[in-house]
Amino acid sequence: MELKNKLTVNASPHVGSADTTTGIMLDVIIALIPAGIASVFIFGARTLAVIAVAVITAVLAEFLSRKAMKREQTIGDLSAAVTGLLLAYNLPSNMPLWQVALGSIIAIVVVKQMFGGIGQNFVNPALLARIVLMSAFPGRMSAATFAGLNKIGWDIDAVTGATPMGLISLESGLSSDAPSLIEMFLGTTSGCLGEVSAIALLIGGLYLIIRKVISPIIPVAYIGTVALISIIAFKGDFNAMIYEVLGGGLIIGAFFMATDYTTSPITKSGKWIYAIGAGLITCIIRLFGSLPEGVSFSIIIMNIFTPHIESLTAPKPFGYVKPEKKKKEKKAKEKEEAKS
Amino acid sequence: MADKKSLGKEFSKGLIAENPVLRLVLGTCPTLAISTSVENSIGMGIAASFVLVCSNIVISALRKVIPSKVRIPAFVVIIAAFVSIVQMFVKAFAPALDASLGIYLPLIVVNCIILGRAEAFASKNPVLASTIDGIGMGVGFTFAISLMASIREFLGAGNLSLKVLGFGTNLTDIFNLGETDVLTAIGLEPILIFILAPGGFFCYGLLMACANKLAEMKGKPKAELKSCDSCPLATSCAIKIEGKECAK
Repeated sequence: MELKNKLTVNASPHVGSADTTTGIMLDVIIALIPAGIASVFIFGARTLAVIAVAVITAVLAEFLSRKAMKREQTIGDLSAAVTGLLLAYNLPSNMPLWQVALGSIIAIVVVKQMFGGIGQNFVNPALLARIVLMSAFPGRMSAATFAGLNKIGWDIDAVTGATPMGLISLESGLSSDAPSLIEMFLGTTSGCLGEVSAIALLIGGLYLIIRKVISPIIPVAYIGTVALISIIAFKGDFNAMIYEVLGGGLIIGAFFMATDYTTSPITKSGKWIYAIGAGLITCIIRLFGSLPEGVSFSIIIMNIFTPHIESLTAPKPFGYVKPEKKKKEKKAKEKEEAKS
Repeated sequence: MADKKSLGKEFSKGLIAENPVLRLVLGTCPTLAISTSVENSIGMGIAASFVLVCSNIVISALRKVIPSKVRIPAFVVIIAAFVSIVQMFVKAFAPALDASLGIYLPLIVVNCIILGRAEAFASKNPVLASTIDGIGMGVGFTFAISLMASIREFLGAGNLSLKVLGFGTNLTDIFNLGETDVLTAIGLEPILIFILAPGGFFCYGLLMACANKLAEMKGKPKAELKSCDSCPLATSCAIKIEGKECAK
């Protein structure tokens, strides 16, 4: 797998960049730290075990599968660690550890390495692993546990309850049991590890945008679409709109999962289409589907659309004239023949 | 030409090298739908094998009588006749199996393995060779579908229904577990996705890879994609540069 063969050299000017995969992945890990700290406070020390198992299994799975496939090692680029971390953030804290490990193995071996490794996965590995675990252990994933800070005090270890997204519906609006918006913003509700604390995720997301690791288009367009549709669907109920935005996995999805380089479009207009599409699907699943939450499915579906979005929004070079189709094909054939 | 081939080879090719499910990728619909329990899979395998052997015999015997322009309708009529016999037989003697196979029992009529073997083998070869081919393919189908079912049932439900036409036992009964399943008993829990459709596809893919590897070790050609033409991701996928076939 020589990198040289993969690069298409265009006419100058060329822009050099000091970005490396390792550097970018390190930035993502740094950006995920606040949410990790928040989740330890909210869900207790078991969080650390879930994160550790997910990350270690992911790195180990990457190492072993690369070895089995006789390909060069790629664990040094930290992408496997990021996948493990993101997967852990998408699981409830009371998930049995062998199931967490199974999720990491599915993410790395099945979704990533079987399709060729980093840069070749057709959907986000961590998200697909989450969906697999959701269908494999439906009871585990819906019964999220939390050790509430202000509601129940420290004398109780944990409480299981419906995730916030189960407490809002189009017919009855916001349930009276639903946590307050401040609780939602801080994250002291039930849910998956990393998705509950909106503020911690926003800090991490801002860091990524400032470091220019991710472009703000996808998160802004994604969350904006969900907010807009929610406020229309709930007939101008501002609380319900904020609740939809802060609840579930929308913020972690918009900042950390939907912005994955491999599975999101590279063109600007493509990013808009991708993010608005994801927002639309999320709202359709949330409001009309039988599942309470649709972020993971919407991102996966848009991941699959990404190649088509990219080919539709490919930019035209300056002074580009549409060539006659047959001539172009002939030329390409001639070139290939000359090469071989 | 087929007379010179040893009949043993006609039988054994159906097991791995030309396994109808894992190598020829025929009969995928019943394979995916039925392989959620070993008991049903064996029942399905036996029913389909019976139809396959009988239709192979009749079609091969009539191969010089059937005009080639109407051969497909003729094959279907012959196959449908045998499926009706099997259906009545199962309804009468194994009503439980009939209930669990449901629509997939009459659907044996359109099972690609049977029509495929009729078209590719029985209509061109003598009766004995066609019979052996049918038995080999039937055993291969039963083996593949039961193997897949045992993986899916064990991981997805924590049980193995080791029954043939109502006789036999369950894995949970062997260990006297009552209502709980084997996986829960050892501290794990069933991975539900394996008895759902995605788990079926996943299991199928892995088994196909294994069969491919086995056949390759025996010196048979690997079944693989020859070009990227049919792939929707071809424009944005970098694998084509790596693949030798596609780059040319």
